[in-house]
Amino acid sequence: MSLLDFFESLEQSGIGLLIRESLWLFPAVEAVHLLGLSVLGGSLLMVDLRLFGVGIRSRTPEQLVRTVRPWLVGSILIMIATGVPLFLSEAVKCYYSYSFWVKMSALGAGLLYTFLIKHPVIRSGAGAGVQAVIGVLSLAIWLTVAGAGRWIGFS
Amino acid sequence: MTLLSFCQWLAETEWSIALHESFYMYPLIESTHVLALFLFAGTIAMVDLRLLGFAFRDVPVSEINARILPWTVAGAFVMVLTGVLLFYAIPVRTYQSLWFRFKVVFLLVAAFNVWRFHRRVQKSRVSWDSDERPPRSARVSGAVSLSMWAGVIVFGRMIAYNWFDCDRPQSDFVYWLSGCIVELADA
Repeated sequence: MSLLDFFESLEQSGIGLLIRESLWLFPAVEAVHLLGLSVLGGSLLMVDLRLFGVGIRSRTPEQLVRTVRPWLVGSILIMIATGVPLFLSEAVKCYYSYSFWVKMSALGAGLLYTFLIKHPVIRSGAGAGVQAVIGVLSLAIWLTVAGAGRWIGFS
Repeated sequence: MTLLSFCQWLAETEWSIALHESFYMYPLIESTHVLALFLFAGTIAMVDLRLLGFAFRDVPVSEINARILPWTVAGAFVMVLTGVLLFYAIPVRTYQSLWFRFKVVFLLVAAFNVWRFHRRVQKSRVSWDSDERPPRSARVSGAVSLSMWAGVIVFGRMIAYNWFDCDRPQSDFVYWLSGCIVELADA
């Protein structure tokens, strides 16, 4: 079974069909996806701004990471819970979409980066220069995820 | 000059047509509008969560305001700039869009809420600045803000869908709400 066959079977799955055959479901799920994007952006920025030496300076980046964690993780879960059904409804289109693969690669990179590199480096108490680099990379990766994700719709 | 005739005039300007027909420019502006949600809606959500007592409970409200709201203003600037351009590219259809009209109403309520928060609610702030759970008036401000901006985002996304467009058969009520003049719907 090729990957394309697999994507075709996903598109014929219950959720995929349900969304594709409904007029409202895709836009509704997509709208929640955007609300999740907003909370995700805020959760990331609260830490990243601090890494640039602006934002909530009375708290350390490490404290801010702890404070925003439920909102960061919660918004990522909302993004996945809404993103997967959106994908299922147009899996074959996604298969042929360059933007989709860019987005998924960046998403994988973003998740690994955030939890395996960014947060541990922050906890290790890195200096200002390293912190700034860590913050720039975070924003660059996540904006790529969001931008490529939006572009799936234009392709 | 009515708003509609102004939109018709806009639609015939050279740059509006160029934007409408552009292959990359329109999607790029639209994507910037969406990515700016990170900065604009993201920071608003964080400030509201503080007002509701759900997050950053150990940070004084005044500090969140002073350190985060300037970024919200920067985000608002990007939103307005790209939003105006998006409207400018498709003026008549957008003006007659039910979703766009809902969005504007929610935007106005959200803006009024911002004004009210800064003029009224914050007057008493010194007495609750460091409270983990701010008083009811501040929490209401946060809740109204979250729900109104959520509405603005949802309705904004829906503008792209043509269910209620004037060039499709609609109920008289939708025609009236959207200010439809059917002959103009394609512009």
